[in-house]
Amino acid sequence: MSASTETRVPEAAKRTTAGWSQSLHDWVTTVDHKRLGILYIAAGFFFLVIGGVEAILMRAQLAVPANTLLEPQEFNRLFTMHGTTMVFLVGMPIITGFGNYLIPLMIGARDMAFPRLNAWGFWMFLLGGIVLYMSYFASMGLYGAGTAPDVGWFAYAPLAGKAFSRGNATDYWILGILISGFGSVSGAINMVTTTLTMRCPGMKMNRLPLFVWMMLVVSFLILLALPVLTGAQVMLLFDRFMGAHFFDTQAGGDAVLWQHFFWFFGHPEVYILMIPGFAYASEIIPVFSRKVIFGYSFMVAATIAIGLVAVGVWAHHMFTVGLGKGLSVWFAVMTMIVGIPTGIKLFNWIATLYGGKILLRTPMLFCIGFIGQFLVAGLSGILLSGAPLNWQLSDSYFVVAHFHYVLIGGLVFTIFGACYYWFPKMTGRMLSERLGRWHFWLFFVGFHLTFTTMHVQGVLGMPRRIYTYPAERGWEVWNAISSSGAILQALGVAVFLFALVQAFRRPQWAGPDPWNAWTLEWSTSSPPPAYNFLTIPEVRSRRPLWDLKHPDDPDWEHE
Amino acid sequence: MTQPLALPMEPATWNRGRVGMACLIFGESTFFSVFVVAYLFYIGKSASGPQPSDVLEFPVFATVCLLSSSATAGLAVKALTQSNTVRAGLALALTVGLGAGFLGATANEWFGLIYGHGLTIGTNLFGTTFYSLVGFHAAHVGLGLLMLTLVLGGVLGGKVGAGDSERVEMVTWYWHFVDAVWIVVLTTVYVVGV
Amino acid sequence: MSSSRHRERRFGKRARPQARARASRAFLGLLAGQGVAQADAGGGTPSLFLPVAEPAQSILDYGTLLVLICAVIFVVVMGLLALTVVRFRASAVDDGEEPPQIYGSDQLELAWTVVPVLIVIVLGLITAGRIVALQKDTPPAGSLAVRVVGHQWWWELEYPDHGFVTANELHLPLGQVAFLELESEDVIHSFWLPQLSGKLDVIPNRTNTMWIEPQKTGMFVGQCAEYCGTQHANMLLRVFVHAPEDFERWVRDQQQEARRVAAHAEGRALFATTACVNCHTVRGLSEIGSFGPDLTHLMSRTTLAAGAAVNDEARLVDWLTDPDHIKPGARMPAMKLSDAQIARLAGYLSSLE
Ligand code: HEA
Ligand code: HEA
Ligand code: HEC
Ligand code: CUA
Ligand SMILES: [Cu+2]
Repeated sequence: MSASTETRVPEAAKRTTAGWSQSLHDWVTTVDHKRLGILYIAAGFFFLVIGGVEAILMRAQLAVPANTLLEPQEFNRLFTMHGTTMVFLVGMPIITGFGNYLIPLMIGARDMAFPRLNAWGFWMFLLGGIVLYMSYFASMGLYGAGTAPDVGWFAYAPLAGKAFSRGNATDYWILGILISGFGSVSGAINMVTTTLTMRCPGMKMNRLPLFVWMMLVVSFLILLALPVLTGAQVMLLFDRFMGAHFFDTQAGGDAVLWQHFFWFFGHPEVYILMIPGFAYASEIIPVFSRKVIFGYSFMVAATIAIGLVAVGVWAHHMFTVGLGKGLSVWFAVMTMIVGIPTGIKLFNWIATLYGGKILLRTPMLFCIGFIGQFLVAGLSGILLSGAPLNWQLSDSYFVVAHFHYVLIGGLVFTIFGACYYWFPKMTGRMLSERLGRWHFWLFFVGFHLTFTTMHVQGVLGMPRRIYTYPAERGWEVWNAISSSGAILQALGVAVFLFALVQAFRRPQWAGPDPWNAWTLEWSTSSPPPAYNFLTIPEVRSRRPLWDLKHPDDPDWEHE
Repeated sequence: MTQPLALPMEPATWNRGRVGMACLIFGESTFFSVFVVAYLFYIGKSASGPQPSDVLEFPVFATVCLLSSSATAGLAVKALTQSNTVRAGLALALTVGLGAGFLGATANEWFGLIYGHGLTIGTNLFGTTFYSLVGFHAAHVGLGLLMLTLVLGGVLGGKVGAGDSERVEMVTWYWHFVDAVWIVVLTTVYVVGV
Repeated sequence: MSSSRHRERRFGKRARPQARARASRAFLGLLAGQGVAQADAGGGTPSLFLPVAEPAQSILDYGTLLVLICAVIFVVVMGLLALTVVRFRASAVDDGEEPPQIYGSDQLELAWTVVPVLIVIVLGLITAGRIVALQKDTPPAGSLAVRVVGHQWWWELEYPDHGFVTANELHLPLGQVAFLELESEDVIHSFWLPQLSGKLDVIPNRTNTMWIEPQKTGMFVGQCAEYCGTQHANMLLRVFVHAPEDFERWVRDQQQEARRVAAHAEGRALFATTACVNCHTVRGLSEIGSFGPDLTHLMSRTTLAAGAAVNDEARLVDWLTDPDHIKPGARMPAMKLSDAQIARLAGYLSSLE
């Protein structure tokens, strides 16, 4: 019992400050999971700003009909780079970053299982990002058909083949993602191994924090899905460089095969991005309701169920290719089934809130926003999964609305929540609550202005990925609103960045456990020492710090 | 329901090396699945010749080499655990030899296909899928062979001993996996495909 | 219908001086009450809520049902969430007590598993029924055959039973089922007429089929819905649904060979001797070109280059001077002809009614 108390690290164990060149050297050569985690997250935010600027440019172009701000190909490059960046260089590193930072701390371990592999993974990821953006400068290629790729984030064949995509831009797209994919796969191997083998005494599988459980499922999905994309991309490279014909329709290759491969990866990928969001919410919501998570084992089971079903639904992205009746029915129904375990999660969060003492601090604001928005996003997903309706809505702005609702309303909101929640742990400083509120409301309002309206554009027949549209379609008002919302979102992000700076310029010290929370990471100092825990803790329930704070009513009597 | 305080650490069967290697193998299998699926999908869809049945011969020698090398790799680990470095070295050398035999047979087959039958990766869909699938498998054999050779060097130089049998076993896991993939490739290309 | 010509603002051009001048002219036109406002008689918003044909109508009915079910779920769950948050907000003064810890409830878990299962069963059955009902694999008896071929970035429309080919503007008779075969010449496109039918992809090496049964006459817009390269945005479509006798008349017009107007003999000769004929067919003059749209009855179309501009002689001059002006990236090269030659060609083309 007393083991956890001893894990508090004396102040003296804190890192000392070194000269900047020394500390740069330390960061570059680090194999510490905490520093790598922070590097991942920081790199993710760096790319978020880049991807966000690309989005702002697109919104500027679409703000009015018949706009001439951007050339068609510039626009096409922007949405390709924006989508690719957001999925592979923002979503993936940030979830890997939080996983890296928190898993060892939450299971009472001193590092990840393979620290050097971990560092290798980060640098591979960064290299991939750099390669992708190199295309803007370096891909003129033989035909002068240069600069960034303009094939869309799923690079459908045969448009991405040699015949229709000259020059080397598409090769940069392939290589960038392929390389960063090595990083993701190595990260997943690391997370699975750490979780399975490095738990502290007493941390049985059914006591893992939900965060760790969910990251475990995510890691398996990464191992299942990412190599499929890698394989398909290698085929595309063979097509482009060695004259192979995998997706070469002029030599009998099949255009739809690429779609199957891509979405066999792509659909699990969206859950790879969303389940970590669920993970943050599952840690934050209990703490700010002052209640234990409702239905722990059902949450775990639902996560696993989502992971399993997610593998069998990919062709709901392909209802319009002419699947035939049987497959259409199968993929429509399988997709709807995903709603069941997802619903279980939603209901358990609400039940956790119910009867609690809800503290509306910034992390909680983002999580409550997330629940509502994810509900809408899931239901618009259900509408899309009804194949006949999908024949109308697919590839329209309705889809753009759906996936930004999940990716921003779901993932980005929970990421922001997680930042406010764990920033004190990572730096020892609090983020300003006042700026946090500004950030939340600006981003919340901006988000809804931009993306709630997009459902309407979709229903009014506006296809996605068009750089211009004529004035008489009745879309202009809605597009103008969408574009104005993007500005508020940018302001929100700017406030957040400012709050980060503020936290260092005028620190408010956090102490080891500012939120009065219950999982192991809060038992060590903030920031934790390099070795995390002075003595390896021992746990007897899912909420070791609750047991410590409430010795009269410990958790293990109820689990 | 009170719990005993002192709980054992995780059992040794689930140590880091094993889990890590198992994960790697899991990821690698999904990678191979894509190429297998592509191969199966394009069977009989080549617009022009040569077709598999015209040019492929069942690779008896290569298969015997690779399958038996799995057994010798197993023997090597067993010998190493029993601190019998001589036997381990012999078994490892045999494994490496058999693996090299497999690669040699593949090289020979490809030579015949390219120069004898004019089949390259760009000839038709068969060439495209065949060279990719078999080639990726061969590349993995090469990787495994490299690792085994390093281990062999270590054993001969006395740097790898009984204490490392666990790590050597992980290398052989990879080797067994490559072997299992061959069975799938064999069935796909030389049984189903012709 | 087809002869009514609309003034329409051009869009998607580069901001070049010339283009800017034209934009300001369009702005003046706007002030004068013409232009944009009257551009689209009958076109308007291609809203899913304004179906004018089957299967769009059935899809809307089905979609409405789905939306209703989802709306109920939304109201219930959102209501629960909102009530909970309002009701259980911590009071300003903290008493330091933790609320009762509730670890779960199997009954509740069961309830919120079973209810969604039932919903999914209902949704699944409705959906399966609709899928089976709306997909027709073989042409219904008495249907009109149309072959649609997607090109970067225009639509080739062939009426095989009537023996002619046109582009970008689909004409259909009221009340008769049209059975469309969709093919692609290059990359994947998607054929989408929101008010008439759902979309279906147009894929190389594949033939997809779609049916439409128009129930209202008029002009309706749609466009390519699968990203297909630079000018995906300007791969527009128009559908004209006619009363059957009007449709017959249109068919008869289209079946004619190209008109020969003596005044344009020079232009015709120029057309026949430049590279134009390598890419374009004009029936009665040259039928070898198939890379670009059939121009036999060019002036029966209301727009140029798949909706990128209104079709009139002035725009034809622009187009022939530099297609990139009107549609940057278009697959037709600037032919580098003299202004006089272009005027002659445009004159000839505008005689092809
Ligand atoms: C974080 C990522 C994420 C998540 C979690 C989801 C979740 C879901 N998605 Fe989404 N989706 C994307 C990201 C995501 N999606 C992206 C990026 C694309 C587009 C890619 C591209 O084309 O560029 C896309 C596209 C997409 C399509 C294809 C559209 C098209 O291109 O034609 C479809 C179609 O079925 C779909 C469906 C669903 C469904 C049913 C869910 C479900 O998981 C939702 C489940 C949730 C609920 C249903 C709500 C809560 C449940 C209850 C309250 C219980 C009661 C409800 C019922 C029983 C119905 N999505
Ligand atoms: C995680 C994923 C993610 C995120 C977060 C976003 C965020 C945004 N997206 Fe994105 N989007 C995608 C994933 C994402 N998107 C994908 C996958 C596609 C499909 C691509 C394809 O079709 O191929 C897409 C496509 C897409 C389109 C459709 C393009 C088209 O089809 O033509 C649009 C259009 O409006 C859009 C808009 C936006 C906007 C306005 C935001 C905003 O939320 C962005 C807000 C963020 C910022 C604005 C940050 C900027 C911050 C600052 C500027 C601060 C100031 C700086 C300093 C002080 C230094 N996105
Ligand atoms: C290399 C092939 C090529 C050549 C040569 C060519 N065109 Fe075209 N043309 C096209 C293509 C492709 C389009 C469709 C462009 C689009 O809509 O994106 C087109 C479109 C047109 C259109 C608009 C048709 C419509 O239905 O909207 C006209 C008119 C036209 N061309 C006239 C000419 C004339 C006149 C010449 C010769 C001076 C010519 N073209 C030479 C390929 C060519
Ligand atoms: Cu054709 Cu988009
Ligand atoms: Cu999906």
